[in-house]
Amino acid sequence: MTLDHLHENNRLQLAIGLLIGLCFGVFLYIGGVTEYNVILGQLLLTDFTVVKVMLTAVLVGMIGIYLMLGRGLVELHPKPGSIGSTVVGGIIFGMGFAVLGYCPGTVAGAVGHGALDALFGGVTGILVGAGIFAAAYPALDEKILSRGVFRSMTIPDALKVNPWYVIIPFCILIAAVLAGLEYFGL
Amino acid sequence: MEWTPYIAGAGIGILSWVAFLLSNKPLGCSTAYARTSGMIERLFRGKKTEEKPYYRKFAPVVDWEWMLVAGVFLGAFAAAMLTGGFALEWVPTLFGDTFGYDTALRLAVAFAGGILMGLGSRWAGGCTSGHGISGTLQLAVSSWIAVVVFFISGIVTAFLLYGVFW
Repeated sequence: MTLDHLHENNRLQLAIGLLIGLCFGVFLYIGGVTEYNVILGQLLLTDFTVVKVMLTAVLVGMIGIYLMLGRGLVELHPKPGSIGSTVVGGIIFGMGFAVLGYCPGTVAGAVGHGALDALFGGVTGILVGAGIFAAAYPALDEKILSRGVFRSMTIPDALKVNPWYVIIPFCILIAAVLAGLEYFGL
Repeated sequence: MEWTPYIAGAGIGILSWVAFLLSNKPLGCSTAYARTSGMIERLFRGKKTEEKPYYRKFAPVVDWEWMLVAGVFLGAFAAAMLTGGFALEWVPTLFGDTFGYDTALRLAVAFAGGILMGLGSRWAGGCTSGHGISGTLQLAVSSWIAVVVFFISGIVTAFLLYGVFW
């Protein structure tokens, strides 16, 4: 079975999604990032666990995805963005991140280990917020989301260079940040 | 040196390879909530819900990403059970030690935060997984901007909430 056939098999894809999600949940849990205390500790700059997990995932993920891209095994799916969408939405997201203490992925993991505030406050709130966005979408799309659309999809496109000229410096930078966090005992 | 955050991070990085390869999809979580919200609305308003412009783009159905989020819940549950970490808790200790262990207060704050999170993640077109990990590892311009804004706004809000500024 080729990869295209696999991608088109909807029922099998649902099972693969569940399996990948299971592993994702295990990693989020063992990484400690499904804990309110760890997430708020990151935002209060007293605990750098969230940054360590995310930067390691980006470092490992980026190298693998671009190696596979070079061999034609995968396609990229960068999201478009704009000032009105990415920046304004990002500010609202950050406020929610600090007030709730979980994000859409980690809140599901938090419910899994018994956090009832994540279930009754967090998940219900996220569903209501997503519903409000869906209701307001036509007006928001016209007035705000389309303002200041970013010209390039990816950083290598923006710089018009081979992606590896960006990946290698980014990987060195991420490794340096992680080494720095360990050096200072954060 | 504590290795688990790095092991967990590397594991998530490898999972992103698997997701791109086997499913041609980036790891992300927030659209699953928008779809679920649409499914709940459909229970009350019926087919009219599906005609909303947003649900035409993101149909209220169980898809790959919905199963992924269900998997996150099950995976964390299994890991917590196996390691003896499962515990029912209404108020996280950092919140309780600062604002008191009042369940109603914590639920109200979490609900308000959840609304902002649900609104903000769809507004920005992604969350900490979709933009923060999957988007940044693809070197997406929008995702690097999103993740920087997420953290600046989150840090400022957390400092205000926990009175770090005063």
